[in-house]
Amino acid sequence: MTGGTPVRKSLEPRTSQKPRKLPEAREFRAPFPRSLRAVRARWRGRPALRLAGGRLSLRVRPRSVAVALLLTALASAAGLVALTRDGVVTPTEVREVLTGGGSAQAGFVVLELRLPRVALGLVVGAALGAAGALFQQLSRNPLGSPDIVGFNSGAATGALLTLLHGDPSLVPLGAAGGGLLTAAVVQSLAVRGRVRGNRLILVGIGVGALLTSVNSYLLTRAELAEAQSAQLWLIGSLGGADRSQLPPAALATAALLAAALPLVRRLDLLEMGDDSAGALGIPVGRLRLLVLLVAVGLSAVAVSAAGPIVFVALAAPQLARRLTRGTGTGLLPATAMGALLLSAADLLTLHLPTAGPLPVGVVTGGVGGLYLGWLLGRRGR
Amino acid sequence: MVGLALLALAAAGGIAVGAQPLPLGGVLRALYDDTAPAASVVREVRVPRTALALAAGAALGLSGAVLQSLTRNPLADPGILGVNTGAACAVVAATVLLGTDSQAAVVWWALTGAAVAVVVTYLLGRRGPGRGGPEDLVLAGVAVTAALGAVVSGLGALDADAYGALRIWSVGTLAGRELSHLWHLLPFLAAGAVLAFALAPALNALALGDESGRALGIAPGRVRLLGTLATVLLCGAATAAIGPVGFVGLVAPHCARLLVGPDQRWLMPYAALTGAGLLLVSDLAGRVVARPAEIQAGIVTAFIGAPVLVWLICRERTGRRA
Repeated sequence: MTGGTPVRKSLEPRTSQKPRKLPEAREFRAPFPRSLRAVRARWRGRPALRLAGGRLSLRVRPRSVAVALLLTALASAAGLVALTRDGVVTPTEVREVLTGGGSAQAGFVVLELRLPRVALGLVVGAALGAAGALFQQLSRNPLGSPDIVGFNSGAATGALLTLLHGDPSLVPLGAAGGGLLTAAVVQSLAVRGRVRGNRLILVGIGVGALLTSVNSYLLTRAELAEAQSAQLWLIGSLGGADRSQLPPAALATAALLAAALPLVRRLDLLEMGDDSAGALGIPVGRLRLLVLLVAVGLSAVAVSAAGPIVFVALAAPQLARRLTRGTGTGLLPATAMGALLLSAADLLTLHLPTAGPLPVGVVTGGVGGLYLGWLLGRRGR
Repeated sequence: MVGLALLALAAAGGIAVGAQPLPLGGVLRALYDDTAPAASVVREVRVPRTALALAAGAALGLSGAVLQSLTRNPLADPGILGVNTGAACAVVAATVLLGTDSQAAVVWWALTGAAVAVVVTYLLGRRGPGRGGPEDLVLAGVAVTAALGAVVSGLGALDADAYGALRIWSVGTLAGRELSHLWHLLPFLAAGAVLAFALAPALNALALGDESGRALGIAPGRVRLLGTLATVLLCGAATAAIGPVGFVGLVAPHCARLLVGPDQRWLMPYAALTGAGLLLVSDLAGRVVARPAEIQAGIVTAFIGAPVLVWLICRERTGRRA
């Protein structure tokens, strides 16, 4: 790690007296104790991680890193609470089981009964958070998340078709295919007019409405029992998680996240406008396509593992951004926030006083609807 | 006149065509002859169904016209703005949680839900960056619809019996309705329609903007309130009868506007006519396409309406058209 140049100050216009006031005001507002502020000041000079003699470098915002780590820790804590709930196993036993020891009984409860659900919740939440961050950055709109613009409905249509009329083992393929097809249709429709942020979203809403009615049609045609389980799946539930689902979902999420990381840096440059980014040597069209593919892949993984759970992809990037106070995609904080949100919501479903455990999508839908209302109410100010 | 003729033709089609193939002569005879073999099918199934499609379609079309002119928003539709979902949510909640099943109570629940939803959507949409422009309202409506939709599906997941009963209703269907459904709704529909038609001149004045409207002797606030009331009456009653059917209220006023232009006094009756025709034809198409099963009318209207919505959005250039 070497010291970067303090770019910010030298770029400040020195002509007028007004801009000079801004940094002070911001420093004053920071709710940090003096010592932490000193740490921040020390970090501010070196915001880059350079490897291989400077050929590979990555800008690091300490606050983002801290937020991502904190959220990951919280998500793990939520997972631990879910594993040890009702006092059936103690945290110590969980640790023993996870490190390969422990009694057979504790092992059964943790590994067979609870871990699949908890771990799947973390993985799916992470995938949703990441997909939301990418989509929102792509459309430069906080509403541009896969659940609003219809990709989830498309993935659900594909999955439903395979679930009701084909082989249940093909559901992931169906979800991915449906999601991709919908993304392609929405993109091409939105681009045919002049691309404006909101147009993509409105077109997506229209297409999503169409697909939702297709889904309802498929449900009304199915047998009642089948329709009911499919409906449960459509709301989004972690209740049916089993061990075999976990490795493919986790691997796919990790691979897609790894693919997304190098794209994000260039994606953030698109914020300056497509023309400026093109002038900086970024292949804008190809980059958008790649990011779109990765994001659709991430949401397809989530949908095929747990059904189209709403609002996590919408809320996670926004909440993470409020915490990091950063600009840009904020991929990793959003990922961690998604994992935290979904595991917390799932934990909530297990503790709500209802006749049976509600599917997690109901909780995220209710809470997320309120959040979306708040988001819309705030935008005007 | 042409519209009326087409509507009559569609209504005749609605009575003549059904899951059970009947010769046209038999259908005609059943209409005036009690003892005809087809009498029960025609009188108890097809006539009520057709009448209900006409009434509900007209109500949805009319409410769409009122909403579009109230909000000066070409994308306004009771389905998109969450009014229908609000009504549906209230009905489902009343059925599942309180065990309501009398039709009269269902109508009141639907009206309440519709009223709450429309108020929330207005409040949210008014604060967007475009100061209540078309897109803000639509987005607010989507938010409301999404949250209420989650509630509906959650209630369905809790109660298996209710899910079985409401699964088809919650798509929007005309199947299995009786004339008594219609009689329960008619007062509300009539009140809403009278209110809407009475407001037509005031809405015309408001189309010029609030200030010009005020100069012409209109109180914008009162007109909005009454217009919203009319919408709630029309949509709530229609939803109670046939479930949340979307997009009729979006498409019908646009068709009417193409036919007669923007004058509300002409637009409203035509929107009602077009809405009735649209719902009737959708229902008919749903019955014919998948014979002997049927596709629910709400799904057919979504298939017709969603492309229209996308087309409207793509065509939209400057943002606002009256």
